[in-house]
Amino acid sequence: MDTSTQLLVVTGLGKAYQTRNGDKGQRALRDVDFTAEPGELITVIGPSGAGKSTFLRCINRLIEPTDGTVTFCGQDITHLSRGQLRPVHRQIAMIFQNYNLVYRLTAIQNVLHGRLGYKNVLAGSLGLYTEEEKIHAFELLDEVGLGEFAYRRADQLSGGQKQRVGIARALMQEPKIMLCDEPIASLDPKSSRMVMEQLRRLSRSRGITCIVNLHQVDFALEFSDRIVGLRAGEKVFDGSPAECTPDVIRGIYEGDAEAMVDVAVGVEKNGQVATPVAAAMGEAR
Amino acid sequence: MSAGAAVVERPSVDLAWFRRKQLRALAVVVAAVLVFQGCSMICNFSLAYAITSIPAAFVWMFQNFIPTAESFQYFSIIIEQTVSTALDSVAATVIAAVVGIVLAVLGSSSIGVEFAPVRAVIRAVASVFRNIPMIAWALLLLLSFKQNEFTGFLALFLTTFGQLTRFFLDTFDEIPGGPIEALRATGASYWQIVFQAGIPLAVADLMSWMLYMVETNIRSATLIGLLTGTGIGFVFNLYYTSFRYDTAGLVIIVTIVFVLVIEAVSNKARRSMI
Repeated sequence: MDTSTQLLVVTGLGKAYQTRNGDKGQRALRDVDFTAEPGELITVIGPSGAGKSTFLRCINRLIEPTDGTVTFCGQDITHLSRGQLRPVHRQIAMIFQNYNLVYRLTAIQNVLHGRLGYKNVLAGSLGLYTEEEKIHAFELLDEVGLGEFAYRRADQLSGGQKQRVGIARALMQEPKIMLCDEPIASLDPKSSRMVMEQLRRLSRSRGITCIVNLHQVDFALEFSDRIVGLRAGEKVFDGSPAECTPDVIRGIYEGDAEAMVDVAVGVEKNGQVATPVAAAMGEAR
Repeated sequence: MSAGAAVVERPSVDLAWFRRKQLRALAVVVAAVLVFQGCSMICNFSLAYAITSIPAAFVWMFQNFIPTAESFQYFSIIIEQTVSTALDSVAATVIAAVVGIVLAVLGSSSIGVEFAPVRAVIRAVASVFRNIPMIAWALLLLLSFKQNEFTGFLALFLTTFGQLTRFFLDTFDEIPGGPIEALRATGASYWQIVFQAGIPLAVADLMSWMLYMVETNIRSATLIGLLTGTGIGFVFNLYYTSFRYDTAGLVIIVTIVFVLVIEAVSNKARRSMI
C-alpha cells in the first residue's frame, strides 16, 4: 500500500501495558489497521476498556505503542525522538473529556497555548506571542462563540464553554488532525450537540480530520462519516453509519452485559438504536 | 445501576463488636495516663506544682517586663533592629524559595525530569536540610563564619530551602496531569510546559508556603540573633542579661506587633492570589 500520499495510516498498532514486575501485562490494543483521509469525521465506539483512549494516544504517541507503525503525511512517526515529534504534534491537535485547560489562566491564554509548538523555548515559556497570534486567538474565541469571555479565568467557565476553549486552543495549532477523547462525555445533551456540530463544521469547512472517541452511539450515527468499532483492543468494525446496523453495534458491545441489555431493548422497541437507549449507555459510565 | 454486579453478603449482627470497640478506646486512655505517670516519676515532674506555679510566674513577668518611660529611649534602636531582622528573614526566604522552586520542578513526579535518580537525590537533599534544626545550623556555621548577619542569614536560608523544597515538591506532585498532557500534545517543550502549566497551576500554593515561611522565619530569626549576636535577638539578649527587663519587655512587644502585622499582610496577599 502506498502510504506516502495519505494523511494518516496506522498499521498493526498494538499496545501491551507492562505490569509492575515486568511481566507482559494486558494487551490494550491489538493489531489495529486504520487510515484517515482529510476532512473525515471518524468516531471510535466501543465498551469501556476497549482501548479507545489508548488508540487515540498511540496515534500522537502520548502513549508509546509497542507494535505497529503510525505514518502521518507520509512520515513514519513511530520512532521519532521527542524533539523530532514536536513539529508533528503541532499538526495533530487534541481535545479531552476533562478539557485539560490550565484552569488558573484566562480563556485567551489557554487558546494561545496552541501556538507553543511553533515558538522557541524562551518566548513560549514567557508567553510572548506576536500581535498576529493574539488577534488570531481572539478570532478563534469569537468563532466558538466565546469572544466575550476572553479574559475570564478558565475555572469560571461552564463545561461546554471550557470544551469550546479547548477546541479554540486546538484550532490555534492549525492542525491537520484533531484527536477528540470523549469530548462530550462530561457535558449535558445541549452542550454535547453544540460541540459535535462544531467538530463537524470544522471537518467540512477546514478539512480537519476529526477522530472522536464516543460513548454515545446515537451521536456517532448522526455525526460520523465513518465509524470504527473497537472491542477488547481489536478493531471489529470500520464502515459508514449506514453499515453500522443494530447487529453490528451488538457485536461491538458483546460481552459488555450492561450495554448489551440497553442495545437489545432499543433494538426491540423500534428496530433501531434509539436515542434514550444510547444516552443511557452514556450515563451508565 | 449494574444488575450483574455480585451481591456482597451482609455480615451477621454482632453486638459484642461495639463492646470491644469501647474497651479498646478505654485501654488506650488508661495506657496514656500510665505512661504519663511513669515518665513524671522518672524525671521528678509534678503536675500539681507546675500548674500552681504558673500564676506566680506570670505575675513576676508582668511586674518586671512592663516597659517603662525610660525604656522608650531605646525605641528607635529596637525598631531599627526589628526591621533589619525581618528584612533578613524575608531575603533568606525568598532566595530559598527560588532555589526550592527550581529543585521541586525537577524533582516532582508530575513535571519532573524523567531520570528517576535525579528526583530521588533532590528529595534526599531536601530531607537532609530540612531535618537539621535551624539552631544546629546556626551553631555549626558560627564556627566558620563567626558572629555576623551572614551567619544568621545562611542558617535561615539552609533550613528554609530544605523545608520549602519539600513543600513545593508536594505542591507540584499534586497538580493535575490533564493540562500537562494537553500542552505536551500541542508540541510544547519541557520548559514551556513548566512555565505555562506547571507554575500557573501551583503558584497560589507556592506563594502561600513562601509567606508561611516568611512568618515563621521572622520568629526564628529572633532566636538565631541570640546566637549570632545580630538583629533583634541580640538587642533582647543585651537588655535581658543586663537586667533591664523593662526594655527587654519592649523588645518582646515590638516583635509581637511586628509578627502580627506581617501575618495580617501575608494573609491579605494570600487571599488576593486564590
